[in-house]
Amino acid sequence: MSTTSVVMMIVAMVVVWGGLVAAILYLRSRPEVVGGPHEDPDLVRDDEERFQQPHPYRDT
Amino acid sequence: MAETSPGRVAPEQRETWTHNTGFILAAIGSAVGLGNIWRFPGVAYESGGGAFLIPYLVALLTAGIPILFLDYAIGHRYRGAAPLAYRRMRKGMEPLGWFQIMLSFVISVYYAAVIAWSLSYFVFAFDLRWGEDTAGFFVGEYLQVGDPEVSTTIVSAVAIPLVLVWLAVLVILALGVANGVQKVNMVFIPLLAVAFAGLVVRALTLDGAMDGLDAFFTPDWGALTDLSVWIAAYSQIFFSLSIAFGIMVTYASYQRRKANMTSSGLVVAFANSSFELLAGIGVFATLGFLAFQQNVAIDELEGLTGPILSFVTFPAVISQMPGGNIFGIVFFASLVMAGFTSLISILLGVAATVQEKFGLSRRAAAISVSAVCAVISIGLFSTTSGLLALDTVDQFANNVGIVLSAILMTVLVVWVVRKGELLRSHLNAVSTFPLGRWWLALLGIVSPVFLLVMLGQKLVSLIQDGYEGLPAWYIGVFGWGTIAFVSVMAVVLAALPWKGRDEPDFRPWPALEEEHRS
Repeated sequence: MSTTSVVMMIVAMVVVWGGLVAAILYLRSRPEVVGGPHEDPDLVRDDEERFQQPHPYRDT
Repeated sequence: MAETSPGRVAPEQRETWTHNTGFILAAIGSAVGLGNIWRFPGVAYESGGGAFLIPYLVALLTAGIPILFLDYAIGHRYRGAAPLAYRRMRKGMEPLGWFQIMLSFVISVYYAAVIAWSLSYFVFAFDLRWGEDTAGFFVGEYLQVGDPEVSTTIVSAVAIPLVLVWLAVLVILALGVANGVQKVNMVFIPLLAVAFAGLVVRALTLDGAMDGLDAFFTPDWGALTDLSVWIAAYSQIFFSLSIAFGIMVTYASYQRRKANMTSSGLVVAFANSSFELLAGIGVFATLGFLAFQQNVAIDELEGLTGPILSFVTFPAVISQMPGGNIFGIVFFASLVMAGFTSLISILLGVAATVQEKFGLSRRAAAISVSAVCAVISIGLFSTTSGLLALDTVDQFANNVGIVLSAILMTVLVVWVVRKGELLRSHLNAVSTFPLGRWWLALLGIVSPVFLLVMLGQKLVSLIQDGYEGLPAWYIGVFGWGTIAFVSVMAVVLAALPWKGRDEPDFRPWPALEEEHRS
């Protein structure tokens, strides 16, 4: 392989695979919004009820 | 459904992914399909080699990811498959949802056929049944391709695996999102990654592999000033990410209310591109070996993209490789897994739509959708005219249909219905990767401009040059006819009364400022 193609290969790997690793690390370090918008207690209670069911179901 | 605590039954039960990883893997399963394996390597090679990385990344960041986020936002906020989600956004938008679902329907019908071919070739790989003349075997002996006509001669070697594919689809759809779709992806996607990585490692140890990689990565910087290379990059990103035809709207609609949409989307988009890069390395290392065996240069090889790469060129390489049948088995198993997880995602949107519009149960919707698609699929694509019909429908559904859908979607949402800012607030309210106003600029200006150029160029070439030298009546029926069928059905189906779930008291969550004003 020529030097330029080796360089391009490494650049592509670093950018694309590095991008994947960076995206995974970003998601892991910030998995969910802190606080976030207000959730109606009824909605939250419905969610909890659904999680007791055999399949997980959620709001519409 | 099971009773909940007395006195209060949780309203309208909508399924959900059991965890964010399930959603991400399913979305990756949808994005990683046959195009990643057989389209990307050839396109990158022909469009500047290593230099293609630049237009490719620009397209990913300026059109692919922004439109992916738009799909997510619509599905997640309005909590339905495309027609219901667009209807909830504004009633008049329902036909756009149907246009996308009809495209999914058409695509699923032929996509299943390609998976059936892969399944056959998976079996053929055990004893390298394709022999020396792999092109003659594929077109003649296996598909028994005839003239461009409407044939009713069923080829049983294609029909049998096709029936198996549709049965598998039926079972997965009937099992639902958490127990069907998610479980299949939780198994297939890691398995696909391991299997394909194994193939790449094997390919890299072949004679000539380094020459293949050299050809693949050598940059042709001149390509960067060529408009057609940029169009190729936008097309590749666009078709590879499964955006703008309703799939990701449906998948996002099954996410929890407080789900981190944008950060997950980045993982999905980069995973898709990562797999493409891996496929490029694997395919070109293998092609390097073929060139080495035939004692020719890489640029003299033919059949570097599409079904021909998988079903003609690769079998030829596999036959010459020591221990080739194991390579072949793993390769075709990878095609089946990559294709099947994409097919499921395409059909989930169709099944969910039937469920929502006509008020059918999940099982009834799964059975009716699979049955209708299976009959059309088997009738059209397991006959001796299957390959030509498939190729023509694919050309029009993808290059005209989906691109048109994306233009309509971005322009209507941003400029006509003007929900861009609202959807941006929605994504920012639930996600940890914040979107600035740049997102709206990319969606409202950059993407539509590039897509219009792509569509314009394609239309000119289809009208002036036809397609693959096929007769005009054939292109009229299977090409333009497909687009006309999808458009007419979109309007007709949207006009039918809504019988299923669309509660008048549906309020998108979270309540955002913009909606109070309107």
